Amino acid sequence: MAAPASARKRRSFNLFDSIEKPVEWLIRLCGWSSILGIAAIFAFILKEAAPMVPNLDWIHFFTSPRWIPNPATGNEASFGALALLVGTFTTTGIALVIAVPVGLGAAVYISEFAKGKVKETLKIVIELLAAIPSIVWGFIGLMVLGPLVKGVFTAEPGSLWSKVMVTLHLASSDIGASQGTNLLTGGIILALMSVPLIVSLSEDALRAVPDSFREAALALGANPWETVRRVLFPAARNGLLAACMLGMGRAVGETMAVLLATGHSNRIPAALTDPVRTMTATIAAEMGETVHGDDHYRVLFILGIVLFVITCGINVASDLIVKGVKKGNKA
Amino acid sequence: MSSTAVSTESGATNPFAPTAYESRRSSAAIRNKWIMFGFCMILVIPLLGILIDIFWKAWPVLSLDYLWENPSNKGKEGGLWAPLVGTFYLVIGSLLFVAPIGILAAIYLNEYAKEGWMNRTISITVTTLAGVPSIVHGLFGLGAFVLVMLPALSQATGTKWEAGLLTASLTIAVMNLPVIITSTREALGAVPHAFREACWNLGASRWQTIRTIVLPNSLSGILTGIILTVSRAAGETAPILFTGATFFKFVADGGMAKLFPYTPAEPFMAMSMHLNIISNQISQMPEKMKYGSAAVLIGLILFVNSFAIVLRVWLRGRKRW
Amino acid sequence: MSDKAAQHIELRNVSAYYGAKQVLENVTFSVPRFSVLGVIGPANSGKTTMLKTINRTLDFISGARFTGEVQIDGQDVAKIRNPNELRRRIGMVFPLPVGLPMTIYENVAFAPRRMGITGKADLDEIVERCLRQSVLWDEVKDRLELLGTRLSGGQQQRLTLARALSLSPEILCLDEFSIAIDPVTTMRIEDVLRELRKTMTIVLVTNLVQQARRLADNTLFLWQGKIVELSPTDVAFSEDPKDRRTYDYVNGIFG
Repeated sequence: MAAPASARKRRSFNLFDSIEKPVEWLIRLCGWSSILGIAAIFAFILKEAAPMVPNLDWIHFFTSPRWIPNPATGNEASFGALALLVGTFTTTGIALVIAVPVGLGAAVYISEFAKGKVKETLKIVIELLAAIPSIVWGFIGLMVLGPLVKGVFTAEPGSLWSKVMVTLHLASSDIGASQGTNLLTGGIILALMSVPLIVSLSEDALRAVPDSFREAALALGANPWETVRRVLFPAARNGLLAACMLGMGRAVGETMAVLLATGHSNRIPAALTDPVRTMTATIAAEMGETVHGDDHYRVLFILGIVLFVITCGINVASDLIVKGVKKGNKA
Repeated sequence: MSSTAVSTESGATNPFAPTAYESRRSSAAIRNKWIMFGFCMILVIPLLGILIDIFWKAWPVLSLDYLWENPSNKGKEGGLWAPLVGTFYLVIGSLLFVAPIGILAAIYLNEYAKEGWMNRTISITVTTLAGVPSIVHGLFGLGAFVLVMLPALSQATGTKWEAGLLTASLTIAVMNLPVIITSTREALGAVPHAFREACWNLGASRWQTIRTIVLPNSLSGILTGIILTVSRAAGETAPILFTGATFFKFVADGGMAKLFPYTPAEPFMAMSMHLNIISNQISQMPEKMKYGSAAVLIGLILFVNSFAIVLRVWLRGRKRW
Repeated sequence: MSDKAAQHIELRNVSAYYGAKQVLENVTFSVPRFSVLGVIGPANSGKTTMLKTINRTLDFISGARFTGEVQIDGQDVAKIRNPNELRRRIGMVFPLPVGLPMTIYENVAFAPRRMGITGKADLDEIVERCLRQSVLWDEVKDRLELLGTRLSGGQQQRLTLARALSLSPEILCLDEFSIAIDPVTTMRIEDVLRELRKTMTIVLVTNLVQQARRLADNTLFLWQGKIVELSPTDVAFSEDPKDRRTYDYVNGIFG
């Protein structure tokens, strides 16, 4: 008993089936796009930096703070990037000192204590905070926070605050901070930029801890804080660490915010409110002044490579840390 | 969690009453909770304060004319039309490149190569790409698109191609690739595997299944990713510093040319670049112009992101399984 | 295009592997046309894997492969260039009911649409026929625009059956279809199968031994990837089957 003719009507479906292979190849090609992207980034930056690589005094590069790419005629250029490296790491350091506790604390609050509308609102706020572009943060650092910091760190010479500032290395001179755009301002801005990333990644890490852990702790009589500190933090430890590392990666790689907020000084900072310069800001500020192909131009690309390597390293490390969790949980 | 010690009327003590130790720890727990709430407020309150400050100081300039007029006198007067429209085209341009490639790449990762070393390798490159500093993207754009692609293009077409919308869009597209890939992947992964199996057993091919079941049901996640890229493309400055953005360019004040002021082959103005330069590189810039530019950019970004949030909530309500 | 070979489905020395792990070992059996083969056995015996080799959905599992020959109508399935075509000739029902996230109408019309059938009259006819065949028509005929995912478990399983029938397959495979549905629906589907066996060959994998007894002409007992017994149902369920273990399993002594 055959089914009605309509069910047997089979149009030439070879058309539908034969499209499968070409489509699959196109999709496969696109799958390679991120591999190509990373490889291309590395290749093209290396290409521009390459002629300078054998000629650069690398020891001088990493140990000297004398960054004089455009010397007065007659003098030699000096490419000592130590001040830039210090600038990058001190701003990142200050950012992390603020962002890690605040970020983890906020993540814990949102994940474990906040409920309903409050939780939704906080999550939305964090998302919006994350969306603010870096140039706007730079603007905030320059126009809003900078004057604030300068105001706080100003004193009459000889007053108590002045003496405190100088002894604690909060300021370099006895009248206080020379300008509002400095290490502290930059660090605070970077902290505000990194916190949303740390919060959302930490929240994910905490959410990944099974509820059975929380229930078990509750059943043992732990109060919520004890549960967080003794059960959740150890359980989510790797994810939280990875979150902080990625926050650090963000701070290291940030450009426009530090360009505007940290000042223009190429010296190793001696006090918290001294102006600094990061590697990223240097590239952004000086590339426009270089001639394509000259030494200064190529050294900026070398700075780019150093940045690329550092941020890749941070990413790989945090990835390995998270993988460590997976292996640990399987055991 | 702490119960207060209660004595029953007969004077016997409540065995469930907390000990002194427990009470202390309990109050410590409550205190810590409020500290963490305080951390949240550290984020919320300054943000609100800053936003209010910026919009307050920008208020004198904000108006519809401000958005429609071109900047004049090096940005000290006039409006924001040229940078606004430039940002608009930059966003569209980068989306044209990044959306198809990113979505297809995510399809590859989630549907065709779900396990194995290929998937792992690509995943690693996606996260690495996501971590590349924006200025390094700018250097890449300079080295690859401006210095290599443009001369080749100029030769091939006979016209002079300069760094502009094309190179900047490509640079931003590379920067946003991980965002699209990750959000699309998540969206695809949310579709239950059982649907795919049901289709395969009916004789549908992988691609047919993707086209008819998987993609239509991942649309919300994909759209969210696209909106995120829009937001980033509008706000980023470093990648376009050397790949085509400029501060001042003469742009028509009326007519069709006002709506299409740039060709892909010439420098263009953009909101992020505009804010960058007027912040501290033009002397005697009136403060309200600086705040005006910042306010419009912030408003634009917040608007786009709020759109994403609303879209997500709305689509969540329309779930089909 | 069949050669009308004697046996509809034939497996010869089929072994299946997930990576290094072997799940089927030298399975050989054949299923005559328009008969019902009941496949029984405890969990992880390879029953589902065996079904997947028949319609080549094993291809979709990375790392899975099989050796040996699987023939449908005398044609080696491994050599078919377009496996999608093969899958359209075989209907499959899974343990867990699946309603695709579209209207009931579209659920049943899904496969015909992919085949190029777009005429409303044609599709209407297919949808009604299949829903009637799977005893779902009366319950949903007034609400065909309802989302398939909003039906109950029993209804979704019948919807899955309707989908499986939408291309008028020659072979119908069911993999423990009654696991997640109520006994009443199970009974109704069993009645449907009794009707369908007149026009298609049925392979019924089941965890309910008595279901095989009720419906199957022949019974295959798979255990840990190997065939323990393959005989007519009345022999397999008798006091004296070919293999002692069959008697033990059927009577609940082990499993």
